Amino acid sequence: MEVFDVRLHLLWSDILIFLLTGSLIAFAVSLYRNPLTRARWAQVFESRIGAASFMVILFYVVIALVDSVHFQTKLEAADDTSGGNSTSVEKVHYAPEATSLLDLVLAPMQGKDEKTYSAPFAIHSFAKETVELPEGGVAREFPRLKFGGGHLENEDQHAEDIIVKSMTIIGWTLIPVLVLLSLHHLFIRDRASRLPWPVIYATFAIIVTASSWAIYMSQFYHVLGTDKVGQDVLYGAVKAVRTGVLIGTLATLVTLPLAVLLGISAGYFKGWVDDVVQYIYTTLNSIPGILLIAASVLLIDVYIETHPEQFKLLSDRADFKFIALCFILGMTSWTGLCRLLRAETLKLSQLEYVQAAHAFGVSRWRVIMRHILPNTTHIILIALVLDFSGFVLAEAVLSYIGVGVDPSMKSWGNMINEARAELAREPVVWWSVVAAFILMFILVLAANLFSDRVRDAFDPRMSGSGGGAADSGNGKA
Amino acid sequence: MLAYIIRRLIYAIPILIGVNLLTFALFFVVNTPDQMARVQLGDKHVTEDAIQEWKAQRGYDKPLLINSEAEGSAVLTDTIFYEKSLSLFALDFGKSDAGRSISADIQQRMWPSLAVALPTFVIGISVNIAFALFIVMFRASVFDTGAMILCVALMSISGVFYVIAGQFFFAKEWNLVPISGYLPGADAWHFLVLPVIIGVISGIGGGTRLYRTLFLEEAGKDYARTARAKGVSELTVLFRHILPNGMIPILTSVVVVIPSLFMGSLLVESFFGIPGLGSYTLDAIQSQDFAIVRSMVFLGSVLYIIGLLLTDISYTLVDPRVRLS
Repeated sequence: MEVFDVRLHLLWSDILIFLLTGSLIAFAVSLYRNPLTRARWAQVFESRIGAASFMVILFYVVIALVDSVHFQTKLEAADDTSGGNSTSVEKVHYAPEATSLLDLVLAPMQGKDEKTYSAPFAIHSFAKETVELPEGGVAREFPRLKFGGGHLENEDQHAEDIIVKSMTIIGWTLIPVLVLLSLHHLFIRDRASRLPWPVIYATFAIIVTASSWAIYMSQFYHVLGTDKVGQDVLYGAVKAVRTGVLIGTLATLVTLPLAVLLGISAGYFKGWVDDVVQYIYTTLNSIPGILLIAASVLLIDVYIETHPEQFKLLSDRADFKFIALCFILGMTSWTGLCRLLRAETLKLSQLEYVQAAHAFGVSRWRVIMRHILPNTTHIILIALVLDFSGFVLAEAVLSYIGVGVDPSMKSWGNMINEARAELAREPVVWWSVVAAFILMFILVLAANLFSDRVRDAFDPRMSGSGGGAADSGNGKA
Repeated sequence: MLAYIIRRLIYAIPILIGVNLLTFALFFVVNTPDQMARVQLGDKHVTEDAIQEWKAQRGYDKPLLINSEAEGSAVLTDTIFYEKSLSLFALDFGKSDAGRSISADIQQRMWPSLAVALPTFVIGISVNIAFALFIVMFRASVFDTGAMILCVALMSISGVFYVIAGQFFFAKEWNLVPISGYLPGADAWHFLVLPVIIGVISGIGGGTRLYRTLFLEEAGKDYARTARAKGVSELTVLFRHILPNGMIPILTSVVVVIPSLFMGSLLVESFFGIPGLGSYTLDAIQSQDFAIVRSMVFLGSVLYIIGLLLTDISYTLVDPRVRLS
C-alpha cells in the first residue's frame, strides 16, 4: 500500500473542529490587541496553575485535531481480479472506514487484538481457556497473549523486560527534551517575560515523556490492558479524547450566540423583548434538562433510522448523531449564561458612559457593540470554560443512560458503560474504567483550574460562584 | 402576600402552556405516531394493520389538532392534542404506551425517590456548610488553598465514577451494604445508606466551594469587622454573625430544588436499582415509552415552577427588607 494512496474524507465534525480552532485563534488575536485584556491574560498565564493547566488543555486539543484529519486508504485490488483481466482499468476502491492521522501515530496499539480481556502489561489472558497440551490431553489454563509480551522467550523476564524497556524509552526521550528545553532557556527565552518557565518546562517534559513511553511500550504490551473484544484500552481511551474535546467545545459554541444575543437584547431593550426572552428561558429551564436531551436524542435516532440513504459510511451516521447531540446539549443549556448576561446588561445600561453615549446620539447597535458587549466578555469567557468541563462530564452520564454518542464511536462514557458490568467479575476488570477515569479527570480538572484562573483575573469579585455551568452534568438531574 | 402568590400562579400558566406545546411538537409532530408504532412493534417489515391497531389501542389514531370529521366541540376535543397534551393540565397522565396507569405508578414510585433524595439533600447541605465554615475559619492559609484545590478535583470527577467506586468498595469489597435493590418499609435503610452517601460525597466539591465564597463575602463585611473590633472571639463571629447571614443566600438558592426532589435522580436510582421516579423515567426513555416521558417532563416543569414560587416567598421570610410586589 503506497503512502499517497489515500483520499481525504473529512467528516462534518472535522470541518467544524477546524473552523472552530481557526475562529478561536482569531478571537485570541483580537483579544491580544487590546492592552487591557492582554494584561488580564498575562495574569492567567503567569500563575503556575494557569500555565500548567493550559498546557494540558492544549495537549488534548492537539490530540483532537490530529484525530480529526480523516482519510480513506486505498484497498489493494483483490487477488482474483488481477489474474485474468489485468488490462481492464480497475476501479479504485477505498477502505469502508475512515482512518485518521492519529491512527498512524497510534499504529503500535492497533490491529493487535487479543481474544478478550487482559490486564495491563499482562502476558496471559484474563480468562481461562481449554488448551490442548503438547503431550496430549487438555487443561484449563490462562493462555499466553498473542501480542502482549509476544517477544518474550522466557516468561521470567517479564518484569525485568518492562522495567528495562521503560527506562530505555524514558531516558531516550528525556535527554533530547531536556537538551531542547535548556537550549530554549539559554538562547530563545525572552528574559522580560514573567511566565513560570520551570512549570511550563516540567509540564512539557512530562507530557512528551508519558506519551512517547505509552506509544513505545504499546509495541510490546497492552499498556492499559484489553477490553472485552480484545482491543487495546489505551487506544480507545486516546481516541475518545476527540469526542470529549469536541463535545465540550461544540456544545459550548452553540450556547454562545443564543445566550449573547438574547441575554444582551433582553437587558438592553427591556420591555416586551425582555418579557419574551424571560419567558423562553423560564420555559426551557423548567423542563428537566436531561429529559429534554433524552427526548431530542431519541428523535434523532428515529430520523437516522428512517433516512438510511443519507448516511453512507457507518462513521457518517455516528458523526451526524454526534453533531446533533452537541447542538441539543447547547440548545438546552444556554439559559444560565443568558440570565447572567441579561442581569449584567441591565446594570451596564444604567451606567453614565452608556447614558452619555445615548445623549451623544450614538446608535443602539454601536452602543451594544462598543460599550456593552466588551464589558461582558469576562462573564462569557468564564461561562465558556465552565460549560466546557460540564459538557465533558455530561457526555459520560448521557452515554450511560443510552442517549449519548453512538455506541460505535469511542467515548469515555461508552467505555465506562461497557466496563461497568464487568466490575462484578472476580477478579475485577478495573482497567477500562480507570483508563477512562484518568483521561477524563485530567482534562476536566485542567479546564476547571484554568477557568478558576480566568475568573480570578477577569472578575475577582465573583470567585467561587459557578456561572452558567451545564447543570445537566453531574447526574443530579 | 396571597395576591402575589395568586398572580405568580397565573404567570405560571403561559410557561406550562409553552412546555406543553414544546413536548407536543417534539413527541407528536416531529416524531409521528406512525414512527412510534414502528419503533415499539420492533420489526422493520411490520404490517400497516398492526400499526393502525397499535395506534387505535392507545388513541394515537386521531388527528393531531383539529378533527374535521367530528361535530360540535368534538372538533377540538377528539384530537391527540386535547386528549394527550391538554389533559396534563388536570394532572391526568393517562396510560403509558405499555398500558399501565401513569398516575398510579407515580404515586407508588414517588416515595422511594423521596427516601433517597430528601436525606441526600439535607445531609448534603449540612455537610457542605460545615466544611465551608471550617475552611473559612482558616481562610487565606495553606489549608484554604489545599482545600480549594481538593474541591476542584472532587468537582472534576464524573458522578458515574462516584457511584462505581462507592458500589465497588462499600458493597463489593467491604460487604457493608447491599450493592443495589430496595425493600419497602423499615428495612429500606439498608439500601438507602449507600446512595445517600454517594449523593452527598459527589456534591461536596461544588457545594463547599460555593458556600465558602458566600461565607467569605460575609466575613469581609463591616458588621463582622465591628464584632471583631469589639473583642468578640473569631469563633463567635463565625457562628453568631457570619453563619446566620450567610445562610440567607444559601437557603434561598436551594429552595428551588425542593419540589423537584420528588422526581429523584436518574443516575443514582438506576445504578442502585431503586424503584423511584428517576429509574421510572430512565426505563421509559430506554423503552421509548413516550407517554411516560411526556408526563414526567410536564410534572418536572410544574415542580420547578412551584420551586420558583417558594424561592420568592422564602426571600421575604428570611429578609424582611424584601417586599413582594
